[in-house]
Amino acid sequence: MALGAFALAEAAASPYLAYRQPVYIAASFAGVLALILMVGQPLLAAGLLPGLGASRSRRVHVVLGLLTAALVSVHVGGLWITSPPDVVDALTFTSPAPFSAWGVVAMWALVAAACAAALRHGRARRLVHGALVSVAVGTTLPHAWLIEGTMGGVSKALLLLAALAALGWAIRTRRTLRLLRLPRAGRAAR
Amino acid sequence: MIRPSNRRRFLALAAGASLATALPLPARAAGLAPTPTMRGGANNYTPGAAIMERIGGGGFTMEGRVRRAGDGAALPGRRIQIWAHTTEGHERDWHSHGATLTDADGLFSLDIPQIVPAFGQAHGHLAYDAGEDTAFGGGGFETVFLRPLMASSSDTSLFVDFVLTPA
Repeated sequence: MALGAFALAEAAASPYLAYRQPVYIAASFAGVLALILMVGQPLLAAGLLPGLGASRSRRVHVVLGLLTAALVSVHVGGLWITSPPDVVDALTFTSPAPFSAWGVVAMWALVAAACAAALRHGRARRLVHGALVSVAVGTTLPHAWLIEGTMGGVSKALLLLAALAALGWAIRTRRTLRLLRLPRAGRAAR
Repeated sequence: MIRPSNRRRFLALAAGASLATALPLPARAAGLAPTPTMRGGANNYTPGAAIMERIGGGGFTMEGRVRRAGDGAALPGRRIQIWAHTTEGHERDWHSHGATLTDADGLFSLDIPQIVPAFGQAHGHLAYDAGEDTAFGGGGFETVFLRPLMASSSDTSLFVDFVLTPA
C-alpha cells in the first residue's frame, strides 16, 4: 500500500507531466495503477493479506481483477487517442520501442486470465489462470522497466520486484506447481 | 606493441567488420551504405511544414548531414522535415513541425523546443521526403523516415545522418 502510494507520488512529481495532454497522463497512470494492483492480486488470491477472511479476500480479488482489466483498457485506449500510429505499431508487433511487444503480450495474457477466471472452479481454472497471470507479470516486468518518462526509477524497481515476489509467494502458498504433477501420477497409477 | 591476445582480438574484429560491411550490400561493398527508414519513423508525419529558422522558442539543436549513398558526396539544398514531442507540443501538433535545408556541405541544423520522452522513449522524427524536396529543386532520392533515440533525455542536441539512395 505504502509502496503503491510512493510510486504514484513519484510519477505525479514527474516534470514531464506539464508537457503532456490529460488523456496521455490518464493512460500513463492507468498503467501505473494496474502495476500496483498486480502486487496485491496474488496475495489476495492466496489469502495472504492480514485482516481479510478467505472468502472476502477472494471477492476483493475478483473486483480488483476486473479493475485491472479496466485500467489496461484505459491505458491502451488513452495511448490510442494520444498517438494512433504508435499503438497500431505496438499491437502489430512492429513498434521500434523494445517494451511495446512485452506490453501487448501482457495485455492479451491478462484478457485470457480474466476469461479463465470465469471457468468453473477447479484444478483447470487454477492452473490456467495461474499460468496466464504468471505470463502477464513476467512480461509486465520488462515492459514497465524499459519505459522512460512516466514512473520514478526507485519506486518502479521496488514495485516490479514486489509483483514478482507476491506472485512467487502466492504460487508457493497455494502449491500451484503441485497441480502440474498430479496428472502424471494419475496416469502412472492406472 | 600489440600483445598476441589483443592482436588476435583485433584480427577477429577486423574480419568481422569487413564481413558486416560486405554482407548487406555486396555490390557496393566499398561505398557508403544508405540509411534505411526506421520503424515508426513516419508516425504522426504531416507533409509540407514550412522552412523556418526555429520551431517555437527553440533550445534543442536537431542537426545532421545529408550525403549520397556510394560515393558519400554531400547533398546541398535538400529539405529535411523535423517533428517531435517537445515542451511546446505533441508530435501531431502542426506547430511541432518544421523544415530546414542543408548547406553547401550537406549539413542542416534546426533549433526546436526541448524534446521530452514520449511513448516511453526520448526520440525525434526526421524525414527526407522526395516529393516535398522537389519543390526545392531536389527529389531524385528515395524517401527516408528516421526516428532516432536520444542517448539521454537531458541531451540538448542530436546529430542525425542521412545517406540517400538515388531513385
